[in-house]
Amino acid sequence: MKRIYTDLHLCPNSKDSKHVSQMIIKASRLGYRLIAITFPSNLTGEEIRRLRNISKEAKIDLASRVDLKPKTPEELIYDLRKLRRRFEIVTVVCESKNVARQAAKDRRVDLLNFPSLDFRRRFFDKAEAELASNGLASLEIDIKPLLTLEGPARIRLLSNLRREATIAKEFHVPIVISSGVSDETLMRKPRELAALASLFDLDEVSAMEAVSRNPLAIVKRNRDKLSSRFVAPGIRIIRRGKDC
Amino acid sequence: MRRRYLALEIDSDGLFDSREFLDAVWSAVLKLYGEYGASRIGLTLIDYDMEKRFAVIRIVHSAVDMVRTALASMTRIGNKPVAIHVVRVSGTIRSLYKKATK
Repeated sequence: MKRIYTDLHLCPNSKDSKHVSQMIIKASRLGYRLIAITFPSNLTGEEIRRLRNISKEAKIDLASRVDLKPKTPEELIYDLRKLRRRFEIVTVVCESKNVARQAAKDRRVDLLNFPSLDFRRRFFDKAEAELASNGLASLEIDIKPLLTLEGPARIRLLSNLRREATIAKEFHVPIVISSGVSDETLMRKPRELAALASLFDLDEVSAMEAVSRNPLAIVKRNRDKLSSRFVAPGIRIIRRGKDC
Repeated sequence: MRRRYLALEIDSDGLFDSREFLDAVWSAVLKLYGEYGASRIGLTLIDYDMEKRFAVIRIVHSAVDMVRTALASMTRIGNKPVAIHVVRVSGTIRSLYKKATK
């Protein structure tokens, strides 16, 4: 079966509609069939529909995504309650340990993202992985810093990513590789993203899953849950009517 | 020695000559894999057409993943932003052109 390649983290300037459509078209040209764009949490439904039309013309599926950057676990719970049903993908950018732990165990969180280059502020350790493996969260690795950093900073980042990928594998936490770019020239083909993952010792099979099957599973699961037919996990309405 | 030919698409607004392009590829390989790694890839530029933004390189077959990674990590040639995409990989130059022009 042909793989459906996915990039769940494109960050165009959502106010610049030309830039957004250029990135959507480029993603389609590079071979992606599903992308997610980070939307501001106050984006209107009309705006999202307009972007969906652009992506439909480019023959690419668009998922809505929101990045939460809470300062405390309580703030995270509040944001999740408010936004979970409005977006297909919810990512938590973990900037403190408490938030990271809460995000890993909360089943409403899809992706855990650790942006810091300082290894003391990257909280994906064994305890975090264990919590994530009991929940539904996947570890998201953005490729952008690998392209923009050089020298010692990139060396340190690779060393951290290698450690995190090993822990994720040990605890069966799915890895999702995304581009995380806001600039068209930094966009890469899916196979190229997978090739860059070899720099932190992710084997070829896992890397290809990380750009296709793993992110696709998240979107599929959430679309099922957000559909009006969903009742509970494993239960959905298949027919409505008087004779049911 | 088994070899692989890679057809490359050069995605950039800038214009570079073949020397600049090849130097940038070597530099990317050196940055990621060092001199020892670079000595094992057998990189040769076979064809280069800046008008069509197309290039063909030859490498040893065991280095395909390394070169793919190094090419993906390239972001600039000189001061110009660039992205190099691998269009096709083939064992013979004839089949490469046949596949690339399809």
